[in-house]
Amino acid sequence: MISCAEAVRQLWEYLDDVIPETERVSVEAHLARCRRCCGELEFARELRLTLASTANESIPHGVLRRLHETLEELEP
Amino acid sequence: MVVAGSRADRAERIRRLAHEELPRLYRIARRIVGDEAEDAVQDCLLKAFQKIDQLQDDTAARSWLTSILVNCCRDRYRSQSRRPDEVEFDEVEEFSLYRKIAYEDPFPYSDSLHLDFLAEFGNEDVRAVLLRISELYRIPLVLVYMDGFLAREVAAMLDAPLGTVLARLHRGRKLFEKQMWEYASERGLLREVTR
Ligand SMILES: [Zn+2]
Repeated sequence: MISCAEAVRQLWEYLDDVIPETERVSVEAHLARCRRCCGELEFARELRLTLASTANESIPHGVLRRLHETLEELEP
Repeated sequence: MVVAGSRADRAERIRRLAHEELPRLYRIARRIVGDEAEDAVQDCLLKAFQKIDQLQDDTAARSWLTSILVNCCRDRYRSQSRRPDEVEFDEVEEFSLYRKIAYEDPFPYSDSLHLDFLAEFGNEDVRAVLLRISELYRIPLVLVYMDGFLAREVAAMLDAPLGTVLARLHRGRKLFEKQMWEYASERGLLREVTR
């Protein structure tokens, strides 16, 4: 079985689904037996959501208006 | 379907492609260059207009515009040669926010301290944490985790090898964890709850 350190190092790649198949199997085998790393996994998942949540920020009206103006003025 | 049309045709095309993308481009820029976001998007629109004939396929407009924006953001950094402080990499590589929170136990009466920790962070806080990380790592983080691009798409945008982008994502995630903790400590996000 891989160590906790190895499992943790690959958790984000595992969540991102960019991990090679053999490593995915060994991470899952580790998670099946290690509660602490399951906690790490849950936390990594939440942390990703926290990072993604910043995608909903609203754009100030003045900014949006000025950007639209730039687009409108592109042609002479 | 690509025709190098008149200037008016090209302006019409960029308007059509960029119109819906403006809020998204602005949000990305906010996370990469902070207060200069509006200027970066303005740069991006002008540059996209100049280069519109290089865009072969309108369905690729989303990543094409993002790529131009990212490069406009990087130009802003280059011209100012500013660089956020960066912690030593060795120290960062071993850092685990999960373990740090468990060890320091900032919310002693909580049975979900990890979630309580994250709940302290509003959008502005997360943005401030991101801005503490060098843009080298911040840009891939923003594009992948905020905007949902694949690492290989980011590699194409940055004109960097995939392995480089993956390594920067890895290091960027560690830096993000570390800076989340430092930000929370400095801003008293931890103290307020324990009080
Ligand atoms: Zn483990």
